[in-house]
Amino acid sequence: MSDHEYTPKSKFGKWFNDRLPLLSLASHLTDYPTPKNLNYWWTFGGILTFCLITQIVTGLTLAMHYIAHADMAFESVEHIMRDVNYGWLIRYIHANGASMFFLAVYIHIFRSLFYGSYKSPREIIWIIGIIIYLLMMAAAFMGYVLPWGQMSFWGATVITNLFSAIPLVGEGIVTWLWGGYSVDNPTLTRFFTLHYLIPFLILGLVVLHIWALHVPGNNNPVGIDIKKPSKDTVPFHPYIVIKDGFALLMFMIVFAFFVFYAPNILGHADNYIEANPLVTPAHIVPEWYLLPFYAILRSVPDKLLGVIAMLSAILILAALPWLDTSKIRSAVFRPLYKQFYWILVADVLILGYVGAMPAEGLYLLIARVATAYYFLHFLVILPVLGLKEKTIPLPLSITEPVMGGSSNIAMAKKKESKIE
Amino acid sequence: MSEKKTNRRDFLFTATYAVGAVGVGATVWPMIDQMNPDASVKALASTEVDISTVTPGKTITVLWRGKPVFIRRRTQEEIIEAKSVKLEDLKDPQRDEDRAKDPEWLVMLGVCTHLGCVPLDQKGDYNGWFCPCHGSHYDTSGRIRKGPAPTNMEVPKYEFVNANTIKIG
Repeated sequence: MSDHEYTPKSKFGKWFNDRLPLLSLASHLTDYPTPKNLNYWWTFGGILTFCLITQIVTGLTLAMHYIAHADMAFESVEHIMRDVNYGWLIRYIHANGASMFFLAVYIHIFRSLFYGSYKSPREIIWIIGIIIYLLMMAAAFMGYVLPWGQMSFWGATVITNLFSAIPLVGEGIVTWLWGGYSVDNPTLTRFFTLHYLIPFLILGLVVLHIWALHVPGNNNPVGIDIKKPSKDTVPFHPYIVIKDGFALLMFMIVFAFFVFYAPNILGHADNYIEANPLVTPAHIVPEWYLLPFYAILRSVPDKLLGVIAMLSAILILAALPWLDTSKIRSAVFRPLYKQFYWILVADVLILGYVGAMPAEGLYLLIARVATAYYFLHFLVILPVLGLKEKTIPLPLSITEPVMGGSSNIAMAKKKESKIE
Repeated sequence: MSEKKTNRRDFLFTATYAVGAVGVGATVWPMIDQMNPDASVKALASTEVDISTVTPGKTITVLWRGKPVFIRRRTQEEIIEAKSVKLEDLKDPQRDEDRAKDPEWLVMLGVCTHLGCVPLDQKGDYNGWFCPCHGSHYDTSGRIRKGPAPTNMEVPKYEFVNANTIKIG
């Protein structure tokens, strides 16, 4: 939080601000002291906000033309693609926007893992982030059902059936979710309602996420606490605004590439076939961003345990601030953690790959090893590493490693005092 | 403040909470129950199927309650294969006699008990069905033999109305 008191210059501004301190909030957001060493991995928060707004705006416009009915949904999507002015563009932005949203969120999460942003005092920011991530998955899943193609229908069938693994009440819950004895019109209409609702829940949580962030302030690549405001910080505007803006521009180039040159490459051809409850497509795979968890689900040969493993893989992240026992945040000063971090990245990519492959033979074996390692990383490696690892000494400030240019602390201190 | 007065307050609080909880419950329940199958869905209880055109070795698939039902007229080899399996080899032990009233006719929900996909006919390691979603293999009696599915494919309530008609449900 900025410590200075803000007073609007104009008389009206003062009158208004005394009654609703919106101008104080704007002043806080502009002057918000930000570590001056933030790298481009820190620009994904802004990019994610852009993604959310894009999804809400394109979603609202699509909803003006879409019809949530089992007999008409598929045709109404084709109507959007062929008849509605720029319908193709809006739908392609929305469909690829979901993928871009997940691409950005994965980078954002792995940034946090590398630089230890989830550690004290930022646990609440992290947990709100995990809740947002869960809601994103729910929204993406239900959105994928709406076109009522073959993948929509069978994806919905498989995912809702996950609940049938719950002992005793499972079947009842599934029937309740469906509103019938199979995925059908009642399922479609409620999914549409929830798909419409969730983005606004996410929006509210994003406000909390940023609010919680503004209490301790940003973590930074060095991972040490800094004094705010100080010579280690720069005001959010214009420094971070410009940097975020540039990164967003780069991101939008990638986004536009998919929308204009490969709009269907991340989807499945089967979803251009209308839903048919009598025929399951030969190869059911979820969207790419859910593949690692899908691989975990399939690697366990028992139905209930498979579902438990998949859910735990996500929920274990919420416990991360307490599983990681190291007090050092940034992996830069944790030589061993840094290596395990990259192994985890590889592990998740491998899980994603085998999730897209048939669950048999070598693929199944790889999926099982990778699943075991995923849990090993969080449940064994992280807690033990924090206690055993020999870390590199932390610099005294974020200015020191830059200006000092030497690992000799005394030398660095001397240079630093000269600058002051 | 005397003991007695506090107790009286406590009682009022507890009574208020209790009435409040009942009120909230009574209000929330319709909101939850509206998601359960409605009267029009429940009304589609049974369906009659003409099986006169089904020759041995053929399967027809009909829709019942929004779900596919497999009706297979099994060949002699399939029946023998289904009957010769030892119960201890089965994940969900069930005799073939308990699944097929008439050994020639196998009627079951064509829904994989893992996550609800429709298994493919005449595929898999046991000459029965194979689920393409997560690789469950079923035998010629629709019993789970290999893969993640926990139970055999479900046999719905059905009866032979006459030699050529089956009523499901």
